[in-house]
Amino acid sequence: MTSWLRRQRALAEYTLAALARRRIKNTGLLLIYAMVIFVVASATLFATALRKEAEVVLAEAPEVIIQNLVMGRHDLIPGDVIAEIDGIRGVASIKGRLWGYFYDRLNGANYTLMVPLDPAMAPPAGQAIIGESLPRVREMPWETAPLFLSRTPGDLVRFDIAKRLSSDSALVSTDLILLNEANFRAFFELPEDVYTDIALSIRNPREIDTIVEKIGRLLPNARLVTRDEIARTYQKLFSWREGIMVLLAGASVLAFVIFAAEKASGLSAEETREIGILKAIGWDTGDVIAMKLWEGGLVSFGAFLLGTVLAYLHVFAFDAGLFASVLKGWSVIYPDFALTPGIDGLQLTALFFLTVLPYMAATIVPIWRAATADPDQVMR
Amino acid sequence: MRRTRIVFGLLAAGTATLALASLHARITTAPERARMARSAALVRAVGLTDLALFTEARFTRNPALADLQTAFQDAPMSFEHFPSGTFAPRPAAGFGRGELRFGPEEAAR
Repeated sequence: MTSWLRRQRALAEYTLAALARRRIKNTGLLLIYAMVIFVVASATLFATALRKEAEVVLAEAPEVIIQNLVMGRHDLIPGDVIAEIDGIRGVASIKGRLWGYFYDRLNGANYTLMVPLDPAMAPPAGQAIIGESLPRVREMPWETAPLFLSRTPGDLVRFDIAKRLSSDSALVSTDLILLNEANFRAFFELPEDVYTDIALSIRNPREIDTIVEKIGRLLPNARLVTRDEIARTYQKLFSWREGIMVLLAGASVLAFVIFAAEKASGLSAEETREIGILKAIGWDTGDVIAMKLWEGGLVSFGAFLLGTVLAYLHVFAFDAGLFASVLKGWSVIYPDFALTPGIDGLQLTALFFLTVLPYMAATIVPIWRAATADPDQVMR
Repeated sequence: MRRTRIVFGLLAAGTATLALASLHARITTAPERARMARSAALVRAVGLTDLALFTEARFTRNPALADLQTAFQDAPMSFEHFPSGTFAPRPAAGFGRGELRFGPEEAAR
């Protein structure tokens, strides 16, 4: 056992000396390799963390949302629908939701104005609870600076700030302006007894499908969105986005694959001669293959470690700064959020096998071919 | 043997850093879970349905509640207007799952 270890160590030492001889080329290979792994690992870690956040946080969303559709478009829903649905057995509570968008002509941001479902959370008249991004995009000079919203030129509505929502919940609340019902209706000049949509809470989750079916029969024009559908939308959205990011990295991955295949499979004349000399001085085929395995293993494992550690730092210490512009798109408001750090062992293993093994395998075939040939022929 | 010592040392340091990262993830689990619980409480109290991640357009702010066809609302062959809309996939179940029924009695069945 000791002699085997000593032998492997000697092989590793020889491999490192050989790698050091082509220092610039091999350092370049290691860095590009690490960069490719960094991009793929960042996308994976980021999407997984976002998916988890959406799953936990949106588990508290209303069980069913009822939207009124008029001419195929979302429209206000009359309040008397509430009384109609209230009779259905299994419905724990039913509340009209009031929410709408407000485009701020000052800075081009879109805010979401909303009346909290829980009356205890509603701010007093003339006051608003605002999300984390509002002070930032409106450059509010002091903590209790009032918020002025202008619906039309010359119009100015003032709201005093009751509370600023913490950045802990930025991912769900960054653009929110919470008002009480009277202020909300006055701001949007909304008639009494209409709502944006209706939120249902259902006692037994197993009854959701039956209740949805009953409501569907009662309100054939309505669109019903269940909490499961909301969750599915987000799971799919992040998988898709992760795929898009990996696809964007695809060009560089492809370039790397060509580069690695060229480097690993096409032996240079110098390398072939080196193998010939090694065989001539008494190395056997197994030694040569072991030496090349060491080379592939050291380079790919080093790149894997470097890429993965950097990806972890990028996503969880620097808030995935490189992806922010992709996700932000054209929006003015982008939440200042931190994700819950997490490493998925299965994903990490998959990444390891997808990056380290193919490179090592690619080095073996040509080496085996050169190593089994006659030294005299190889050196010629 | 000096070179192997340095390189193996570096690889061991890298592995240790990765292990530290995973330890960090584990240590921050409890406070992060508490933070997410606070966010979830806000979602429940306000009655939210979506993440405020893409605020550029109505259907990107509330993808869960937007019309299924909004991604193609400008023209059948047009590219999506908003960058984040480009990344929205089409619904998993496809469009339309209903059946044709004649009369309310048959529909009720």
